[in-house]
Amino acid sequence: MQILSEIFSFYFLLSLLRGATPLIFASMAGLFSERSGLVQIGLEGMMLMGALFAAAGALATHSPWMGFILGGGAGLIAAAIYGFFAIELKSDQVVTGTALNLLAIGFAPFVTKILYDSTGSTPGLDLSSRFSFEPILIALLVSGVIYYLYHRSQLGIVLQFCGEEPAAVETAGYSVRSWRWIFILVCGFLAGLGGASLSLFLASSYSPMMTAGRGFIALAALIFGKWKPLPTLMACLFFATIEAIQIRLQGVDTGIPVPWMQALPYVITIVALAGFFGRSQAPKALGKI
Amino acid sequence: MSLLAKSTTHIWIPLFISAGVLFSPSLYAFKVGLVLDKGGKDDKSFNSAAYQGATKAQKELGIEFKYVEAMDSNAIENLHRSFARKDFDLIIGIGFAQAEAVRKIAKQFPDKKFAIVDGEVKATNVRSLLFEEHEGSFLVGALAALKTHGNKVGFIGGMDIPLIRRFEMGYKAGAEKINPKEKLISNFIGVTGDAWNNPAKAKELALAQYNAGVDVIFVAAGASGSGVFDAAEEKKKFAIGVDSNQNWIKPGFILTSMLKRVDIAVYDTIKESKENHFRSGVFRFGLKDEGIDYAVDQYNEKLITPEMKNKVEALKSQIIKGQIQVPDYYKRSKK
Repeated sequence: MQILSEIFSFYFLLSLLRGATPLIFASMAGLFSERSGLVQIGLEGMMLMGALFAAAGALATHSPWMGFILGGGAGLIAAAIYGFFAIELKSDQVVTGTALNLLAIGFAPFVTKILYDSTGSTPGLDLSSRFSFEPILIALLVSGVIYYLYHRSQLGIVLQFCGEEPAAVETAGYSVRSWRWIFILVCGFLAGLGGASLSLFLASSYSPMMTAGRGFIALAALIFGKWKPLPTLMACLFFATIEAIQIRLQGVDTGIPVPWMQALPYVITIVALAGFFGRSQAPKALGKI
Repeated sequence: MSLLAKSTTHIWIPLFISAGVLFSPSLYAFKVGLVLDKGGKDDKSFNSAAYQGATKAQKELGIEFKYVEAMDSNAIENLHRSFARKDFDLIIGIGFAQAEAVRKIAKQFPDKKFAIVDGEVKATNVRSLLFEEHEGSFLVGALAALKTHGNKVGFIGGMDIPLIRRFEMGYKAGAEKINPKEKLISNFIGVTGDAWNNPAKAKELALAQYNAGVDVIFVAAGASGSGVFDAAEEKKKFAIGVDSNQNWIKPGFILTSMLKRVDIAVYDTIKESKENHFRSGVFRFGLKDEGIDYAVDQYNEKLITPEMKNKVEALKSQIIKGQIQVPDYYKRSKK
């Protein structure tokens, strides 16, 4: 029973929300990309770029906010590279996304070597140039805004139809190409913020591969959440809860092996995809240009 | 046009070659290749220490020195092989994960010299550099128990491997030596190499421990350690660094650092090899030869009272004299 009281405490809630923050940004980013018809497995790369330039920006300006914005900008530029290949040159989106991830992994040490003569990490940030709680609120606020836009605005309808029936969007007088560009840039900015919240909030510097697969967990949350804002947010919180419980339970003998807990998000995604919780239907025109 | 381009290339090639022959130091200098572990040169801990030792050798001994980082464990063997093929005289592998690669490559290149830190390889051209981590961990465990107000001390390990268990076991024994009621709360970041590079998770684990009433945490987790230091700073508690002297990273919040002088071991190995005195075999460094120690400097001297220091120094000399047997995880697991 002591375990239960330890789990359901205020500190636990904070720990959960901290862990959820980068996931929420990244999965909302994925929502914009995938709903508009672009398969997005490059979230990891955009997050890495965001994390790197956010740390570099905060180091240079001593302001976490400047770093945060710069991180978003770096994600946006990474997304523009993806957009150029996927939208303009109509390349295979899965391959392009993978290439973006690999590019980010190689590009980061290149930048840190030039800036700091370091092989892939930035110097540490002091307390005043990093966040203590702010990204949590921003993440929740952003999900609220996206929920409203998605369900209640014309923009939401355009977004959904770009991924369902692009031809209908064209008929209605909108340019699918321009709108996809807008959505992919929003996606990059949000994913960049997700990375920035890692290096400015959860840690205090950029370190190599610091996303540790969070871009893919965010994608899993998006699929688990049926590509809809509110269920996706819930999925992020759920995955973060499992992670937070696992941190709390380490060393406590519960009879459940820790690796099982670690595998749970992936198992649940597979179960969700298999249709056990109602159908998780991908946008119809996803990946088809 | 193409003819012109072709003829200029012909002129340039010999120029480049002769310049290369004239200015390349590789013809004369003793060449040392350093293969760092995943944490990388800037982990401010284990790999940084090795890098510093080699850089010092480069400055003082005039060797040619090149380092690489093994981004994943599959790359290690190739990195060693490519150093050997490029005619490096001495190749040093840093970290337990490289033992297999060193064993294999040392056999293929018997005329090259190799060294491995934290691994044991028996070959005539390999020098194994091992440290008695449990002795130093015992001392910082005692310091933690002397510093704490409650009766809980914390430990956060990187990857769950016997080497890190050895730190944990020594630390626990040291804390219990001071206060037999001391309880150890211990966490490991993960079971893969990523655990050395996950400061976000290390910070969450540290925050959980501090909230559970721990006020000193010993962290042995490579580049992930910075997350624990951040948590200590935010919660105004203490952390203990590892391998390099990390006291300077967060002055006032790092109680001490358990020193593992990989830098000295690497430097001495390079020096002996350069002077043609390379000796193979197993070399163990402990408290008695200062290969293992704990750090007191201007950043933490206010945190350690003279009484604390006296007690720890007494324990240190008792260990050196053999009056205290620090439990060793390696020996325990052999039973």
